[in-house]
Amino acid sequence: MSIVINHLTFAYTEGGKRLAPTLKDLTFTIEEGEFLGIIGHTGSGKSTFVQHLNGLLPSEKDTVLVDGHDLSEKAERRRARELVGMVFQYPEYQLFAESVAEDIAFGPKNMKLEEPEIDRRVRHAMELVGLDYERFSKRSPFELSGGERRRTAIAGVLSMEPKYLVLDEPMAGLDPKGRGNILALLEQIRRESGCTVIMISHSMDDIARHATKVLVLEKGEIAMLDTPQNVFSHADKLESLGLSVPNVTKICTEMNKRGISIPTTICTEAALLDWFKGVKHHA
Amino acid sequence: MRDITLGQFVAGNSIVHKLDPRTKITIMLLYIVMTFLVKRIYFFAIPLAFLIMGLLLSRISLKYIGRSLKPIRFLLVFMFLLNLIFTGGETVLLDLGFWKLTLEAILQSFFMTIRIVLLVAGASMLTLTTSPIALTDGIEKLLTPLKVFHFPAHELAMMMTIALRFIPTLMDESEKIRNAQMARGADFESGNIFRRVKSMIPILIPLFVSSFRKADELATAMESRCYHGGEGRTRMHQLRFTKADLFALLISLAFIAVLIVLLVLFK
Ligand SMILES: Nc1ncnc2c1ncn2[C@@H]1O[C@H](COP(=O)(O)OP(=O)(O)OP(=O)(O)O)[C@@H](O)[C@H]1O
Ligand SMILES: [Mg+2]
Repeated sequence: MSIVINHLTFAYTEGGKRLAPTLKDLTFTIEEGEFLGIIGHTGSGKSTFVQHLNGLLPSEKDTVLVDGHDLSEKAERRRARELVGMVFQYPEYQLFAESVAEDIAFGPKNMKLEEPEIDRRVRHAMELVGLDYERFSKRSPFELSGGERRRTAIAGVLSMEPKYLVLDEPMAGLDPKGRGNILALLEQIRRESGCTVIMISHSMDDIARHATKVLVLEKGEIAMLDTPQNVFSHADKLESLGLSVPNVTKICTEMNKRGISIPTTICTEAALLDWFKGVKHHA
Repeated sequence: MRDITLGQFVAGNSIVHKLDPRTKITIMLLYIVMTFLVKRIYFFAIPLAFLIMGLLLSRISLKYIGRSLKPIRFLLVFMFLLNLIFTGGETVLLDLGFWKLTLEAILQSFFMTIRIVLLVAGASMLTLTTSPIALTDGIEKLLTPLKVFHFPAHELAMMMTIALRFIPTLMDESEKIRNAQMARGADFESGNIFRRVKSMIPILIPLFVSSFRKADELATAMESRCYHGGEGRTRMHQLRFTKADLFALLISLAFIAVLIVLLVLFK
């Protein structure tokens, strides 16, 4: 099963008029188990694209299929919202309930699950994001710190146990530790439940380290869609799109310029380290 | 959501656009007086002529006036029918036994409807040709004399400016929160009225929380830039009363004078 995007074109309307299209004829497939990183200059249509994955923005017949559910139909959209969890930018601003546990239970309740199952999911989601149930479940979400609130909001999506998890810049405004926590969390749920992750991020380093595939959007079109190694080896092209490359790639490029031949497909610290070890063996 | 335009200002370069906001507000008040002075339907020709003159001078397309009337179309129909049904009269045109259609009722229905249309169209002329900032500036200046009675003119105008400024932001935000809750399976479209009102809670609470936060941040930002109320504050855009303003006021007064003369003559 997978998410199939088939000639998806989309234009916003304003004052009854159709604006120039924000997404132009996108066609590709998001396979199960992937970690898809989406990068692109600001305004390239990343957020607009991901809002199509659970039918928040309207799509035409047969253009967006989530596990075979055509999102142009209302009943199918409801089903898809249970399959596709969506964490928006600054998700802590959507907290509303009196207690952390109640807020996290909002999604499962809308799914009409039984009380014990809801409780199990709330506890599990809180454990995943690292919020102690005893300490936090009864507290008001409005008296938490920024990072704790962000984790509560993410738990509110995880409690729906989505098969596909979409995150729009989930680390924006967090300190390095907070960022690390969220990335570790994503790796953990991928390992535990085989969840497919789709993440928009402006951090090339994070994308290089975690994504299995990278989608580069440019003015609503697919500029590149490949493994991070291949995408980041095209530093020139990325730069022309107003994007940068991971720091490791920059180092490799510099080393190449200084006569040390090193593959430009190396984009993470781990890969660089492996390469060094390999060189030592040969030497 | 983004289609809703409150205080729908249309930038322009016409004489009407350039008038001092104080003048335009005053003219607006004179115009309201005019429509309320009218006692017989054909005298509406005077405020109507005044409105058309303003419309031509401002070069605002009729489309915008139509758009401002659209939200009240049901109210207009309702008012019309109400007057038609409940106004008595002598000249019976149609007798259904339990209810009579009279000429007076028809005239009264049209009379009320025309008055409301003229009032709303006039008010939208003001907001179409005056930017919200200019409008609040004008209101502040006009209310300044009331400061003698400790009336907070500056504070009122500042509050209006801020409110207008934040309407689009809040619209955007409510849209975002709505999307986020819908992604968590919230349903805003089905169920009876109580369920629907209840389903708004997950939108309203975050919206209020964020408004309070924004208000707090804005207050801090303003204070750290030395804002301390209207006392001694100078303006970037000085309001200037020009010859054109004087002329516009005189014309408006002339219209009222003509109307009053007519009213007296045809009592
Ligand atoms: N509700 C809307 N109505 C009209 N135009 C919109 C709307 N939302 C976004 N746009 C426009 O669509 C384009 C793409 O916006 P989008 O938010 O998808 O970009 P993005 O890639 O997520 O950018 P960023 O990195 O800044 O978040 C932009 O030009 C934006 O102005
Ligand atoms: Mg975005």
